[in-house]
Amino acid sequence: MDELKLYTYIAVFGTFALYFAIAWWARAGSTSDFYVAGGGITPLQNGMAIGADWMSAASFISMAGMIAFMGYGGSVFLMGWTGGYVLLALLLAPYMRKHGKFTVPEFIFDRYYSKTARVVAVACLIIASLTYIIGQMKGVGVAFSRFLEVDYALGLYIGMFVVWVYAVLGGMKGITYTQIAQYVVMIFAYTIPAVFISLQLTGNPIPQLGLGSTLADGSGMYLLDKLDLVVTDLGFKEYTTSNLGGGLNMFAYTMSLMIGTAGLPHVIMRFFTVPSVQAARASAGYALVFIGLLYTVAPAVGAMARLNLMNTIEPAAGQNLEYAERPQWFKDWEKTGLLKYEDKNGDGKIQYTADAATNEMVKVDRDIMVLANPAIANLPNWVIALVAAGGLAAALSTAAGLLLAISSSISHDLMKGILTPDMSEKNELLAGRVVMTIAIIVSGYLGLNPPGFAAGTVALAFGLAASSIFPALMMGIFSKKMSGKAAVAGMCSGIGITMLYVFQHKGIMFIPGTSFLGDMGKDWFFGISPNAFGSVGALVNFAVAFAVLKVTGPAPAHIQAMVENMRVPGNVSAAHDH
Amino acid sequence: MEENKEAYWQENLRLIFICLAIWFVVSFGLGLLLVEPLNEFRLGGYKLGFWFAQQGSIYSFLGLIFWYGAKMNKLDKKYHAES
Repeated sequence: MDELKLYTYIAVFGTFALYFAIAWWARAGSTSDFYVAGGGITPLQNGMAIGADWMSAASFISMAGMIAFMGYGGSVFLMGWTGGYVLLALLLAPYMRKHGKFTVPEFIFDRYYSKTARVVAVACLIIASLTYIIGQMKGVGVAFSRFLEVDYALGLYIGMFVVWVYAVLGGMKGITYTQIAQYVVMIFAYTIPAVFISLQLTGNPIPQLGLGSTLADGSGMYLLDKLDLVVTDLGFKEYTTSNLGGGLNMFAYTMSLMIGTAGLPHVIMRFFTVPSVQAARASAGYALVFIGLLYTVAPAVGAMARLNLMNTIEPAAGQNLEYAERPQWFKDWEKTGLLKYEDKNGDGKIQYTADAATNEMVKVDRDIMVLANPAIANLPNWVIALVAAGGLAAALSTAAGLLLAISSSISHDLMKGILTPDMSEKNELLAGRVVMTIAIIVSGYLGLNPPGFAAGTVALAFGLAASSIFPALMMGIFSKKMSGKAAVAGMCSGIGITMLYVFQHKGIMFIPGTSFLGDMGKDWFFGISPNAFGSVGALVNFAVAFAVLKVTGPAPAHIQAMVENMRVPGNVSAAHDH
Repeated sequence: MEENKEAYWQENLRLIFICLAIWFVVSFGLGLLLVEPLNEFRLGGYKLGFWFAQQGSIYSFLGLIFWYGAKMNKLDKKYHAES
């Protein structure tokens, strides 16, 4: 076994052992432990756990790569996935914590006194969470197969087993403490390579500053100016100004990601784990500190990786790299199929240009940017091993949070809440564990046989959260009069129009060939891409809800009194005592 | 008691409004709508609009959440509404 593999095994299985130890120490004894960690998590701990819960395989592996190729256009992810926390802290988290229940559908049921609303919320939650899990499971399989050369399926089984042990045993309590450990692993794995690379390129060890510094090559040129120059020379769009489908699309996209973030149930439910309203507000702040640490480093990682890649292939204008002399990492990634070269002009050198006719780098997968980054920059093997453990931590921590959201919505909302209300606490806890086991098996199956539409479904997850869950929660708190009928009508029309838009451009249920309008910019409503349509769906939701409210009349007086009580933190009822 | 609740809520709404206005300006305003004119200015190697879109907005969000939290803690004390 070579040194790199040895280090990787140590990093990966060492962190797994740590998660098991934490799970055993923090196992759940009651439904309150299982759903909300007994309500005894501190804001700092919760902030870190939210960070791990939120930052998925996509944030860790894919985001910097997307920014690397989109440049300024990638800003929609940076602003969208952080700005949502402002909305959570100001508009949702404190009031939902004050109300003090276990799940998001339960809050919707209490506020809208309607089983229909609860079932609609459960359905949105399950669809949004399951589509998310597929990505995490794939992330686990990919990390194992690339770093340890273990079979993809075997890697996935190992990941399923690890998450099963600590999520089923510990519930929210076990998940919270493992997420704290996973955050630490993840943030070191992300920032250490970035610090090294920033130091190499600019002499400044802080990536956020390095990105705005001059290059250390003696040219005195700013890094971003150099990058703009290199990419435009080859015909690509200028890095710092290339936008994503026009101004209106970027606006709608950013808004959709923000309100989608604020409406994702697996994130919201983490705010139920702290002891008070004040702690819920503080949690959102700490969460954004920990998330912001990765999100402000990501643009540096993206830009620096792109520059390194360009410089490797064409060290100076017109002096292209001989294919025979390509570096080891190039060969390694060619083996995976994520990097592909085709010698179109037969000169044995590599030409990488924006013109499809002459470009010889026929495939450069975005995910390579983070995963191969340490190798491209010639960093030591232990750094590469750390990146493997970090990618797994990001995928597992998010998967665990999603699994809990799914299992609690079934065992608590559907079973205890609607089907068998006289179930004992002990049986509910058992049901929660059984449902979670089933959810792990289902998501493992979907990870092994990813449906063809897996990539498109992320749009659906954010679209659903943005167009149904966020408006329903916000109106529930800020409009006392909002009634159950009006909210259900709003939710259904918000989801309806968002799904219709996504399906008509991407195919019904994402089945190729069934889209009745092309997946092309010219057919888009005002040029808004399907991924960005959640914000329009949310507008429709608000409009329909208020129109129906006008016609059908306001919520009953006792509901309005409940909302008034929710708005003031004082006299917090002994939360979580049902 | 009821009047206090209402007064507390009105003060809270005012704070939320101020915070959301800033939230909108630093991201949608400076990072998206005004990005081109702002890019004429520089912050080191960063074009200013680009900096707001990829760095500045995130720092502003952070400041906002903590500022709102601190103001609300004061408001809770004022109305004896701590939990």
